[in-house]
Amino acid sequence: MERNHHPLISVQDLKVYFQGDFATARAVDGVSLEVRPEEMVCLVGESGCGKTVTALSILGLISVPPGKIAGGKIVFKGENLLDLSESDFQKIRGNLIAMVFQEPLTSLNPVFTIEDQIGEAIKIHKHMDGELLRARCLQLLKDVGISSAAERLNDYPHQLSGGQRQRVMIAMALACDPDLIIADEPTTALDVTVQSQILKLFQALQKKRALSVLYITHDLGVVANIAQRVYVMYAGIIVEQGKTDHIFKAARHPYTQGLLASLPTRSKRGKRLYSIPGTVPSPAFKPSGCPFRPRCPFVIERCRLQFPELCDYGDGHLARCPVLFERKQ
Amino acid sequence: MLSFLGRSFVQKIITLIFVSIISFLIIHLAPGKPSQVDPLNPKFTPEMVERFRQAFNLDKPLYVQYFYFYRDLLNGRTVSWKDNRSVLAKIWERFLNSLPLFIVGTILTWTLSFPVGIRSAIFRGRLYDRTTTFLSYLLISIPGFFFAYILIIFVVTRFQVPVIGMETFGVANAAWPHVIMDRIWHLLLPSVLGATGGIAVLSRYVRSQMLEVEGQDYVRTARAKGLPPDQVHYKHALRNALLPFVTMFGLILPGLIGGSVIIESIFSWPGMGRMAYEAILARDYPVILTVNFFSAVLVLIGTFISDLMYMLVDPRIRL
Amino acid sequence: MTHTEKNGHVRENGLEKALTPKRSRLEEFWALFRKNRLAIAGLIIFILFFATALAGLLLTSGQNPVFDPAQIRLQEKLRPPLAKPKLDSLYPAEVPRLGIYLFGTDDLGRDVFARMLQGSWVSLTVGFVAVGISVFIGIFMGGIAGYFGQVLLKLDHLLAGGLLVAAIAFMATNWAAPGILLFILAAVFLLYAVRPKKVSGNRVKPAGLRFLEIHAFSVDTLIMRIVDIMICFPSFFLILTVVALLPASIYNIMIVIGLTSWMGATRFVRAEFLSLREQDFVAAARALGVGNLRIIFRHMMPNAIAPVLVSATIGIASAILTEAGLSFLGFGVPPPHATWGNIISDGKRFIFDAPWLTFIPGIAILVVVLSFNLFGEGLRDALNPKLRERH
Repeated sequence: MERNHHPLISVQDLKVYFQGDFATARAVDGVSLEVRPEEMVCLVGESGCGKTVTALSILGLISVPPGKIAGGKIVFKGENLLDLSESDFQKIRGNLIAMVFQEPLTSLNPVFTIEDQIGEAIKIHKHMDGELLRARCLQLLKDVGISSAAERLNDYPHQLSGGQRQRVMIAMALACDPDLIIADEPTTALDVTVQSQILKLFQALQKKRALSVLYITHDLGVVANIAQRVYVMYAGIIVEQGKTDHIFKAARHPYTQGLLASLPTRSKRGKRLYSIPGTVPSPAFKPSGCPFRPRCPFVIERCRLQFPELCDYGDGHLARCPVLFERKQ
Repeated sequence: MLSFLGRSFVQKIITLIFVSIISFLIIHLAPGKPSQVDPLNPKFTPEMVERFRQAFNLDKPLYVQYFYFYRDLLNGRTVSWKDNRSVLAKIWERFLNSLPLFIVGTILTWTLSFPVGIRSAIFRGRLYDRTTTFLSYLLISIPGFFFAYILIIFVVTRFQVPVIGMETFGVANAAWPHVIMDRIWHLLLPSVLGATGGIAVLSRYVRSQMLEVEGQDYVRTARAKGLPPDQVHYKHALRNALLPFVTMFGLILPGLIGGSVIIESIFSWPGMGRMAYEAILARDYPVILTVNFFSAVLVLIGTFISDLMYMLVDPRIRL
Repeated sequence: MTHTEKNGHVRENGLEKALTPKRSRLEEFWALFRKNRLAIAGLIIFILFFATALAGLLLTSGQNPVFDPAQIRLQEKLRPPLAKPKLDSLYPAEVPRLGIYLFGTDDLGRDVFARMLQGSWVSLTVGFVAVGISVFIGIFMGGIAGYFGQVLLKLDHLLAGGLLVAAIAFMATNWAAPGILLFILAAVFLLYAVRPKKVSGNRVKPAGLRFLEIHAFSVDTLIMRIVDIMICFPSFFLILTVVALLPASIYNIMIVIGLTSWMGATRFVRAEFLSLREQDFVAAARALGVGNLRIIFRHMMPNAIAPVLVSATIGIASAILTEAGLSFLGFGVPPPHATWGNIISDGKRFIFDAPWLTFIPGIAILVVVLSFNLFGEGLRDALNPKLRERH
């Protein structure tokens, strides 16, 4: 079956800066990525690399002072989202693009029932009401795998467990049948066993409802499990992108290589675990040239002088390290 | 839930008992004697003084006096030492005078603070917010009596509106619309004065609560669902921001027996504040202690109602 | 190994260190605070006020003060500000030092400028001392309630405490004999209470006295009940009562205001301590064997101090307003000593004829109190990142 390669959403050279008291933090510094229809794409990176800011920008949820969109486009179904007015954006949020947040307890309003919170978006976007609405909420809860769904509808968020709350968040995101779901580290705050359940749920939902999912995580294990394509992000830029197995078999950027090398696997048993030396740079004070160079084992003089361009390894595998690219030739 | 309320109730009774003891001790252990039993007071002959002392059990030890006094208080039989009238009657009369001030002031405060505070929070940093912030600071910092005099000068020179007292002398003979209008005119300045300080403080508090809630994750979720801003602010944010205020509602109650001494002095308003003030000066112990007792009762009832409302309103506590 | 290269880059372990400027907490705080212009204005006014009060104290006290606030000149009563004195009607000593009545005169012909100077010192000290007392009590009570809150008081503690209080009460009312007796009993109980404990916390218990080990309630409950009791007294009335019943003096006022306003600080400190106590750094300190007192003062207090500081500055503002109110009603510092409140009080009869007697002290109070409030709010914003204002 020919998959439609026309992207559903295309982020082009997005720049999001935050004006701090002392300096400007360049949280997202020229990021380009795309998600195609019915695709599960992962955005991987450590804390502070700008992945959440990217996600929030897609939904227009960056608070404009102190943040600002300093450049780029986000093209969704032919429109540049950054040109939209606030009221137009509201028609897209929750409706065509939905988001699942990291912390399910604080992300749910403590004083409203589950049914109320799931049904809200449906009421606004699909103008459903009454019994029909209730039935739909019930069905959504069942779809995300919550047991005794009918009783759960009238519960409050604090009465549910962490895993159940996250399922409710997913139900809320699915409520209006969006085309794209952005999941920002949805399992980070949960136990490991619950994590794998939620992951499986995402996979099942994606297939069943023909959704696209942009799954943001810092966990490479998750990436290996579910992603079709991966974007690796560091210090506000994409350093490597490509199909999951290409990346895992032969990573072409020193950062990705470092991440993979630090994964504890059975073959490394008994040996000293590798960790990338140094620390992530602050978004306000990035090194000149390649931002990874203070920690890179392959660094040469040119890395300090020139910002590295993306090098093409074929079949959609790109990496931002000319040094390794030249070595490969 | 009931057990919590039951325990709370018992604790409050105990607190009340302690308050009664402490206030009793403060009054009786303070230096100086009420004029009626002051041996230096030329107005009263020694026989009168002795009769007074016997009538009010002043010759008995303190703890006996304590029991006698509170027995009388709870039976409603306490009598003022100044003018021999029943304390409860005096309090009731002054209370009726203070009540309109209190009601108007409270309504003004609570109905104006919320819109102002909420709007300031939503439009944080803009002109509305900065203006109201500046005005709030001004109103919090101005001494009450000073502000009163400024208003009086302004109103009297501009509008020729009467300001002193509760009603114009002789107006009782006029037709009732005039009486009502007159009452309203007299009520206006003191209640506005009383309310302005309250509005300044309360609106700031509303604003800061609203700001804190607006920064929460669930408000971000609401926006991410595509809800229009009205729903985000007034349904999601406000409902959570209002929680502490529902509980504050119960604490208005003690204000009933308060009444600002200063405002009542300036406007010659015969209210509770002035009565308590005059009682203190005259060392009219029964009145002072009774007012204190009722104030404590109101505070305790107020906090009890607050606790109750908090339980009703916050689902996290209730269930 | 860290070494600096010729081009100024710092290398550690062969890799370059990313350079970020380091700032101490104080510098960061100051940089934030500095941006709030209103708060800086408040601070400046406060410094000016402080200087004025000190100057006022020096210039108006003593036998031959530079500016005499008590000099009565009946022939010069109710002169407006900036009026020139009628030199031919005055003795040389009576002529105002500056050559004009800078702020006018009151109904006894006294120089209002001199009186304002004298009164500024009163306002300052009342504010600071009263708040100092209330903060001290508040930190003490709040700290104990927050940190030792769960410690349960047993009957023997309560008996010892109760006997001690009763002993003091008796001695205060001059019944020495029962007082001393109770004191001795209390001492005996205390000795009994501090007898050696086994590591498991169990004390050696003589059989018949077992009932004394019954747990009554916790320290936290006790302190919070005391706070509740204090709240039941309407504060202004309490202050008024005490001030009216005791001989009038500035010290009584300061102490009373301090003793009636510690409840807020207590609540803040207790709340902070309750949340801080659960944090890992406290458990870590305890695991290292750090003693309780050191944990409280060195580890927890710096974190808890922020809301107390804020409420202290706002408390100073409120104390100044209270003192002005008391002076206005006729209590407070006894005449002829001037305070801003009693200048207004004296002048209220002449409000239409001599408005400066009302406006000058009123505006002065307003400005000083406003500056404290702004400063306090600036402190709060700078110290608490959550509520920071963004401009």
